[in-house]
Amino acid sequence: MFGLNNDYCAIDLPETYHPQSDYTKGIARWCPGCGDHSVLHAVQRLCAEKQLPPEKTVFVSGIGCSSRFPHYMDTYGFHGLHGRAFPVAEGVKFRRPDLHVFVVTGDGDCCSIGAGHWLHAIRYNMNLTVLLFDNQIYGMTKKQTSPTSPMGTISNTHPEGSVLPPVNPIQTTLGVSNVSFVAQTVDWVPSHLYATIKAAYEHQGFSFVKISMRCPKFMADFAKQKVSERDTVQLLMHENGIQPDESTERMFTHHVQHDPTDINAARTLAEDPSMTYLGLFYQNKQALRYDLYGAHNLGYTPEQKMAAIERKLEAFAV
Amino acid sequence: MENLTDTLVKPAPNKTGKQVISRHIVEIVADSGEGAQKAGTSFASMSAKMGNGVWTVEIIPSDIEPPPRTIQSTSGIRIRIGSKEITNAGDEADLVVAFNEVCPYSRIEQHAFKPGTKILIESAWAQHDDPTVKESYEKAIADFKNRGYVVYEIPMAEECLKLVPDPKRGKNMWVLGMLCYIYMRDLNIAEDQIRHTFRKKSQAVVDSNINLLHAGHAWAAENLDFQFEIPSIPSEKELVVMNGNEAFAFGAMAAGVEVCSMYPITPATSVSHMLAEAFEKAGGLVHQAEDEIAAIGFAIGSSYSGKTALTVTSGPGLALKTEFIGLSVMAEVPLLIIDVQRGGPSTGMPTKIEQGDLLAVLYGAAGDAPKIVIAPSTIEECFQFTIVARQIADAFRTPVFLLSDSNLATGVQPFVKPKLKAEWMAPPIDQSPWKEGVTPFAWDEETGLSKRPIPGQKGGEFTLTGLTHNTKGQVSYLPEVNQKSTEMRSRKIAAFSRTLKPPKVYGDEEGDLLLVGWGSTRGAIEEAVERARELGGKVSSVHLRFLSPFEPGLKDIFKRFKKVMTVEINYSDDPNAPLITEENRRYSQLAWILRARTLVDIDCFSNVHGQPLKPRNILERIKQELSELVN
Repeated sequence: MFGLNNDYCAIDLPETYHPQSDYTKGIARWCPGCGDHSVLHAVQRLCAEKQLPPEKTVFVSGIGCSSRFPHYMDTYGFHGLHGRAFPVAEGVKFRRPDLHVFVVTGDGDCCSIGAGHWLHAIRYNMNLTVLLFDNQIYGMTKKQTSPTSPMGTISNTHPEGSVLPPVNPIQTTLGVSNVSFVAQTVDWVPSHLYATIKAAYEHQGFSFVKISMRCPKFMADFAKQKVSERDTVQLLMHENGIQPDESTERMFTHHVQHDPTDINAARTLAEDPSMTYLGLFYQNKQALRYDLYGAHNLGYTPEQKMAAIERKLEAFAV
Repeated sequence: MENLTDTLVKPAPNKTGKQVISRHIVEIVADSGEGAQKAGTSFASMSAKMGNGVWTVEIIPSDIEPPPRTIQSTSGIRIRIGSKEITNAGDEADLVVAFNEVCPYSRIEQHAFKPGTKILIESAWAQHDDPTVKESYEKAIADFKNRGYVVYEIPMAEECLKLVPDPKRGKNMWVLGMLCYIYMRDLNIAEDQIRHTFRKKSQAVVDSNINLLHAGHAWAAENLDFQFEIPSIPSEKELVVMNGNEAFAFGAMAAGVEVCSMYPITPATSVSHMLAEAFEKAGGLVHQAEDEIAAIGFAIGSSYSGKTALTVTSGPGLALKTEFIGLSVMAEVPLLIIDVQRGGPSTGMPTKIEQGDLLAVLYGAAGDAPKIVIAPSTIEECFQFTIVARQIADAFRTPVFLLSDSNLATGVQPFVKPKLKAEWMAPPIDQSPWKEGVTPFAWDEETGLSKRPIPGQKGGEFTLTGLTHNTKGQVSYLPEVNQKSTEMRSRKIAAFSRTLKPPKVYGDEEGDLLLVGWGSTRGAIEEAVERARELGGKVSSVHLRFLSPFEPGLKDIFKRFKKVMTVEINYSDDPNAPLITEENRRYSQLAWILRARTLVDIDCFSNVHGQPLKPRNILERIKQELSELVN
């Protein structure tokens, strides 16, 4: 690069510098005011800050409003089936440790039709950055109850109000063995959103970020309420947690000290019905990673492979 | 040729009662854990080594450890050996070794014996302390004789006790010795086989089993008045012997498959067992997914990332995978799918044989989802076709199905040891920069083919989607885009069909009756055709390896016969059954498609007994058809 031989160069010079625009593609077609826009922006900013090679970055999604996300990223993308983003992303990562894999999923996609995959994905703990866009409603199919809809939500499938208590994604994720990273943020506080996604990306393992999203179209009242209610929001503070900037700290005046290695405390917070906690609930950097297993026998030559097959064939010789 | 049993080459018993025969069916049945299968596979291996044709089928109880001395606990093996290549499990057994009097009944209820079948049975039960056991034994012996079986009561345990303290352990090798006498097997080869079978055990164990082998042989020489010789031509070529699922696993490795993503399901799972054992050093891994859907999703993800991937399943799993199969077609992600069929619908008969998934595989997905479907007809083809399927999947950017069934999955057959080639293996993934200006779906008008960018290829960034997309991979619902992209995916199938040759007719190119089969039934069909032709019947058969697209020239072949009839193991209405008319009769699955495809009035002969087709039953049907055609 620049005619310099890298061997003599103290700084590792990148071949290409990627401005944020290198990660943007087209114009996002989400509704005005939809929280998805702000997450898209935060993720594009993260890619630029980390200088992720677009060709080595893959966004895998399921189906739903949020799952359109990969179409707006100028990277590789996989917009697959409803509820099935996790198995696909796992397959992508399994033998490709060089790829940066993100999963974008919604509350219906992850917590309803894909719930089985979700639990196992947590346990596999592969190095994936998982963004759960939780707007508590089915948007794309026009306002049906979601598993995370608060009880009493008026929807087209429950015109008299939904009749069951919602799934709590943070609580559920914290309940699965081998969980390694659980955080919560909101789409309307960009600095906290960015800090959280960045911490998730930096975590080596399955980093699960639940993002509370506004759906101004189908959950307008909830959206307004969420943004305005600050008394029921507390920031999780810790030196090993998400570091909110000053504006965030000023916005949410309730702070609680929480050690993200303490899973019992994390579970207690997750189960608190009266309060929404933003920040890092839990992190375990030592949790076993299935992607390391997946990549442990890469790179054999055809000759090595044939020799191994040949040896095995001998057991079947007559 | 009125004699429908296996042909006697020289029906000349000499002084020792020795007969020279061309083929024979032996069964060993016992309680689970008594080593019947070990004795049987050893016998089969040494017979293959001596140059005989061999086909073996395991008789597996459907429960893991059922109570002993019950029909459900019967475990065993059928070995069919012959002078020439053996391609199927044959008709009824000629000779059965039974470790107790109950287990033969599990075979009797499957119609596996015939009058004249020799039953060599453990006689120890006649002296059992428990009077009910004694009584059961005596009743069974009388019943066997009544059914026309020829019973030999053999003091197996008593003889084994002379050598080992626990006859339960070792009886199987004593039996192997007895069989070696009956079938005039080379004892040196038998000793080698025992050394091989027990290669992981101590020398003492090997010696003890060799002693049992000789004792069984000596006892038989002393006490039995019959012997069979099955002439063989020893081959210089190195052979391997395995079942169809193992052959799939070897084929997958030889094709350079890197990921086998699966969920346990009978009878497909053992493909992954074999892979799990060998994959580590062959540069691949088995992923046991949380469910059938995840299994194929994971494989598709791996394939999308450039790694050759495989999923294995059976009927119920196939149903669950359907949506992802559609995605694989729509988004043009190469994928190998092995479907080892079983009885259906629903959970059906997990361990039994059926060719019931053909239409589901072809038409199961929503919308127009053309794909390539291949059906191996021998164990060796399970190996070879997997390599070919990998190449087709990559070249045509499509899922390729390999349709097998329990018959191939559990059938064991020797074949010439393959000489592995580096070019069979998937090449390393392309990470060179993507050619500027080329779109991710730059369909060639003529062939529908396009090259796919692999993550890591700079400049090839695109988002794969199951939604309708244009050449750039962008979502589009424009009428002409959906028409065009659907047409291009279909065009690939046409392009592939142009690479195929017309199938070979077994027998004469023209005649009265043509049987059409696919998959595991080839051996039985061709054997029946051969026997009918020996009788003077103008019958031929054709066996289809490619079911989507079909091999070309089928209509031309069909036109040269007065009648065409498929032979399949799936359901069809009996034309003479109540309410059935020409208009509403439901045909067997291949017949449906062939009728639509060729406009030839093709009949079908099929059942859903869950059993391999017996050549004898096909022959009977051939005779019936021929006599109707003549009249």
